[in-house]
Amino acid sequence: MDDKLLDLQNVSMAFGGLRVITDLDLHVNRGEIVSVIGPNGAGKTTLFNLVTGVYQPTGGNIVFDGASITGLEPHQITRRGIARTFQTLRLFLNMSVRENVMAAAYGHTKAGVFRSMLRTPGMRREEREIRELAEKRLAFFGERLMGYRWDQPAYSLSYANRRRLEIARATATNPTLLLLDEPAAGMNPKETQEITELIELLRTDGGYTILVIEHDMHVVEGISDRVVALDHGFKIAEGSFEEVATSSQVIEAYLGTGGMARK
Amino acid sequence: MSGGYDDELTRPLEGALEASTSEGPTSPAVGRDEWVARHGDNRTGRGGRIGKLEERLRVVPWWAWLATFVALFCLVPVVSDSGYVRRVAFDIAIYMLLALGLNVVVGWGGLLDLGYIAFFGIGAYAYALLSSDHYGVHLPSFVSIPLVVVIGATVGFLVGLPSRRLTGDYLAIVTLFFLQLFLTVTTNGDDLFGHNVTGGANGILNADPLSLFGHELPPTLEGGLFNPAYMYVVLAVFVVVYVALRFVNLSRTGRAWRSLREDPLAAEVMGMPVNSLKLMSFAFGAAIAALSGTFVTALSGSVFPLSFSFGILIIIYTMVILGGSGSQPGVVLGAVLIGILLELLRDPGDSRVLFYSAILVGVVAIYRFSVRLAVIVGGTLVFGIVVHSIAGAIDNGWVNGSGGEGGGVADFAANWVIVPVQLADWVAPVSYCLLVALALVLTLVHGWARIALLIPVLYLAAFVWENVMISQPEPTRYIILGVILIGLMIFRPTGILGEKRVEII
Repeated sequence: MDDKLLDLQNVSMAFGGLRVITDLDLHVNRGEIVSVIGPNGAGKTTLFNLVTGVYQPTGGNIVFDGASITGLEPHQITRRGIARTFQTLRLFLNMSVRENVMAAAYGHTKAGVFRSMLRTPGMRREEREIRELAEKRLAFFGERLMGYRWDQPAYSLSYANRRRLEIARATATNPTLLLLDEPAAGMNPKETQEITELIELLRTDGGYTILVIEHDMHVVEGISDRVVALDHGFKIAEGSFEEVATSSQVIEAYLGTGGMARK
Repeated sequence: MSGGYDDELTRPLEGALEASTSEGPTSPAVGRDEWVARHGDNRTGRGGRIGKLEERLRVVPWWAWLATFVALFCLVPVVSDSGYVRRVAFDIAIYMLLALGLNVVVGWGGLLDLGYIAFFGIGAYAYALLSSDHYGVHLPSFVSIPLVVVIGATVGFLVGLPSRRLTGDYLAIVTLFFLQLFLTVTTNGDDLFGHNVTGGANGILNADPLSLFGHELPPTLEGGLFNPAYMYVVLAVFVVVYVALRFVNLSRTGRAWRSLREDPLAAEVMGMPVNSLKLMSFAFGAAIAALSGTFVTALSGSVFPLSFSFGILIIIYTMVILGGSGSQPGVVLGAVLIGILLELLRDPGDSRVLFYSAILVGVVAIYRFSVRLAVIVGGTLVFGIVVHSIAGAIDNGWVNGSGGEGGGVADFAANWVIVPVQLADWVAPVSYCLLVALALVLTLVHGWARIALLIPVLYLAAFVWENVMISQPEPTRYIILGVILIGLMIFRPTGILGEKRVEII
């Protein structure tokens, strides 16, 4: 069970004098689903930004698949097999649904500009493959993102479908590790239920290892092999959902130490 | 299962879907999801014959449009043997090429490059240096033109290098600085460290004409008329560039460019090297601008710094914005429309017709065919006649100033608008300012008050046009461009053929 796909070793992050993450050790084993929970401002999204290279850690080391990825540019990290979605959706709104997903195949395709101008057979074959890949990724969402919607611009999608499209786009980079930032945010109970099942499917059918930030405790309970709780940049608890949910430190972080909570 | 769902579809969301379908496909129970996503089906097209025509036109493939357009363009020298018309066609072809290049940077890359025209100038100067008496170098065109394109791309790359982390306003101001730098260097380039490089304000003269396969292409035919072969050459280059860019746009590079326009951070995190993609789009635009520059120099045989100033930058941007930034057919259409418009504005007779038809079309477009339209048009005509005859009765000199050379519109204007023989100095600025002020007041009043105000405003506009603007074609052109951009921003921010854009989430 010591097959660490992602390993954060003693990672710290500070913006000027503001310490957002302090000496964090965190790992994700291959094939695992790990949830990160914590109150707002606990440093969860910062954690994702560190792993994907959007921020450079001020201390510590991040190891992915046996090699350090600290200091790499985000697109290089993506090529090594880490993909993410955004808490505040960041789709390419004025491009079609299909193109959103096709664009994400950039990292593992090769055709250069001049080959594209000449439309060489190799370029056209690759283009076909990208298209098929995109359609396969979209088809994963079944009815929801089915056929007739693929040529619509992404802005015409509803909020829930935009979340699905974000996941489809992330999987088109052919990742091994998928980082999902609040996939159930803003969804109604039924859609939340769907997302829970979907995340499980992403592991079993898609074969992805998943690190997920989630506020909805039903989702966290439903999917997690392991839960990590953060508060003010410190890891305050780690373990199964039950262990973390009953940890006094976690309860304190969410509810404070006032009279009601102590009781 | 009932409703619009198909059991055959493989999907992971069996349970949840079952729940949703039991409530029927039109139920908004699963979020408004389904309903919103079908907005395409809900959208109704235009009915009637126009709607049908639109539908038919939509299935015409892109290459058929391009071929038709180019064929029509080729007809210009056939239809008209006027050197002037042919020369204008050449200019418009150059504009089209420039607009295509700017579209790569602005429309796809989303980079506000205000130094674009500097690359046009660099191309023009590079060609002049490689094929003229200036240094005694006379490379044949098929060597010098590719070389100039490479130079343009390289300079574009180098300018982009320090700017690649800049976006929006910062990039705009840095590139604008680069254009100013280019102008300063070329204007003072007759003494660069003791060498005469660019000829300074006098420019470089005696540049070689194009040479194709050993044959020189004379810029003028016998009699000094413009040689239409130049127009055909530029048109051929335009077709090649258009098709190549179209293919790039539909490749992974094009998708990556548009992704970084939409959201640079998301693009980077999805595996696209945003910085090098920006540089690439910058270099592409620069290369195309430089390519356009070579033909201008080859045709005129000379190059001067002032041909590459801010005026032409504004014109090219207007073309791209009017046509629809991001759409290739759009920017070409924009180039043709603005190109023709600017030429028409040179001639008082043409620009007068243009002015009155634009006013009429504008009023019809806003009020449609209604009672109010009749009131406005009739009211303005009567208002003019009354004012004109009153003024004429007081002093005949007040209404006899019109040059009124030929044409029904000119006759009409002479008998309708007050054009004094001698215009007092204060009248022009005051009437112009009054017109602008009243136009602003127009936006504040509503209903019949607006119509009542519109009548004198229209008359005042005609007065300003006849007395001030028609005799000042150069500022008038820019004022008209400004008015077009304002109108566009209000009525069609995406441009004529632009893709629909949303900024909000």
